[in-house]
Amino acid sequence: MAAALGTGGRGQEAGQEKQAMQHKDPIAPERAEELKLKAKYPNLAQKPGGSDFLMKRLQKGQKYFDSGDYNMAKAKMKNKQLPSAGPDKNLVTGDHIPTPQDLPQRKSSLVTSKLAGARSTSILIGP
Amino acid sequence: WGGAAGDSGGGNDIQWCFSQVKGAVDDDVAEADIISTVEFNHSGELLATGDKGGRVVIFQQEQENKTQSHSRGEYNVYSTFQSHEPEFDYLKSLEIEEKINKIRWLPQKNAAQFLLSTNDKTIKLWKISERDKRPEGYNLKEEDGRYRDPTTVTTLRVPVFRPMDLMVEASPRRIFANAHTYHINSISINSDYETYLSADDLRINLWHLEITDRSFNIVDIKPANMEELTEVITAAEFHPNSCNTFVYSSSKGTIRLCDMRASALCDRHSKLFEEPEDPSNRSFFSEIISSISDVKFSHSGRYMMTRDYLSVKIWDLNMENRPVETYQVHEYLRSKLCSLYENDCIFDKFECCWNGSDSIVMTGSYNNFFRMFDRNTKRDITLEASRENNKPRTVLKPRKVCASGKRKKDEISVDSLDFNKKILHTAWHPKENIIAVATTNNLYIFQDKMN
Repeated sequence: MAAALGTGGRGQEAGQEKQAMQHKDPIAPERAEELKLKAKYPNLAQKPGGSDFLMKRLQKGQKYFDSGDYNMAKAKMKNKQLPSAGPDKNLVTGDHIPTPQDLPQRKSSLVTSKLAGARSTSILIGP
Repeated sequence: WGGAAGDSGGGNDIQWCFSQVKGAVDDDVAEADIISTVEFNHSGELLATGDKGGRVVIFQQEQENKTQSHSRGEYNVYSTFQSHEPEFDYLKSLEIEEKINKIRWLPQKNAAQFLLSTNDKTIKLWKISERDKRPEGYNLKEEDGRYRDPTTVTTLRVPVFRPMDLMVEASPRRIFANAHTYHINSISINSDYETYLSADDLRINLWHLEITDRSFNIVDIKPANMEELTEVITAAEFHPNSCNTFVYSSSKGTIRLCDMRASALCDRHSKLFEEPEDPSNRSFFSEIISSISDVKFSHSGRYMMTRDYLSVKIWDLNMENRPVETYQVHEYLRSKLCSLYENDCIFDKFECCWNGSDSIVMTGSYNNFFRMFDRNTKRDITLEASRENNKPRTVLKPRKVCASGKRKKDEISVDSLDFNKKILHTAWHPKENIIAVATTNNLYIFQDKMN
């Protein structure tokens, strides 16, 4: 059944956790999950939607070794006061230095898609 | 919710049957074969898929067989080409994936077909044309192309076109590059059929289909100080009828409608759609699961649909403060958010789609399940894309997930769901009850049972 209008679905118990109601105040399933997560990772940042989180999202893609970055990072560790790169500083540069283990395997050669190549199972709906 | 009444007899009057499946059977899936987008063209005759390897495969529906009037044509490979190739950003030492994020068809204007395909950084306009004749009988050339010695020519003839085996050629006609610093998540063609928009995490650009060296920035939500970044753009689409109107969704669960007549830079929205949240229900996961992964206007243009992690919402463009309909896709996952966060599934981006008459909406889920919601009858159904259902004319059996408690026969428990089998991309034929459902590396086509 479709949910009721305008409830947004957040925090709706959806008929579960009957046991919880018997014993104590019912904890919303989301909160219960949050407690589980915090128990596993006590150092977890409070706000998941923070800029660090989003920055990680903006920074997608395989980063390769860059000697310029490597030297920048080394210099950063020794000397805290580096000239500011300006408001548009790319946080990734100089911070993440891939090791040979991080590098991906060589990409395979370009071949035709299996959707086009392989014989497919087709069953016509017929008489 | 979802009691016995929910799935009995199907979520709607349509009886879905398996029609075709494309792709390899083997369990070992090469990354390049992961399907990343599925799209029917405006007539429904063509069905395009894009994959992580940067390839596009286009299927064409066979002409209806006049003797078998109660079966619809099947889809066969029409054309396939390498749309994007892996690139390297030397400045940032970053690889640019060739994965096709979106394909959008242009309406057909002449014999050729055109589509836009995009990866993270570059949009390309492809022309797909047929060649079924070739000129023969040149005077100065042999049939194999070698030039003849002119002194041996004693008579003249007029070259003529003769039929040849159909050849379908795809050629890139425009390349729209270097306009996006961040990763492109959406492209949308305007109803003027001359312009289109492309959206990345922080900006939206407006292009003219004929002009590749310039684009206008129409939305920019990048803060002056990146430390102040709180939300990103997740999807954008032009209104199907009003060429001045478009919407974009955010990672915070809001949708902004913008009117390009208001100003050149549409940073100020005309409408802001947001459902009020109950602050007492807020948790660590609230914002993550509210992030909208897809936004689609209805064909009528009166409504729009958004998909967040657990639900599908229908919004009336005239009402900003809450959706008019909300459908739970897999509410049983709410008590699994901790593990879904740990295995990153909570960040999966599911898409959603309307049927041709805007009466039913569809979206994917896990375990190769997909869901349909009938807006009129309020019934819903869960179906599975699996090779085990390959029986002709057999109606697909509805599936049911048991959230907790005693599992009935034929139900599957939440803990048995395979979270690696996700259906992120689905498409509905614009006119018929034919749907295309993409599992990780296979494309399923289902049709309603005729007769």
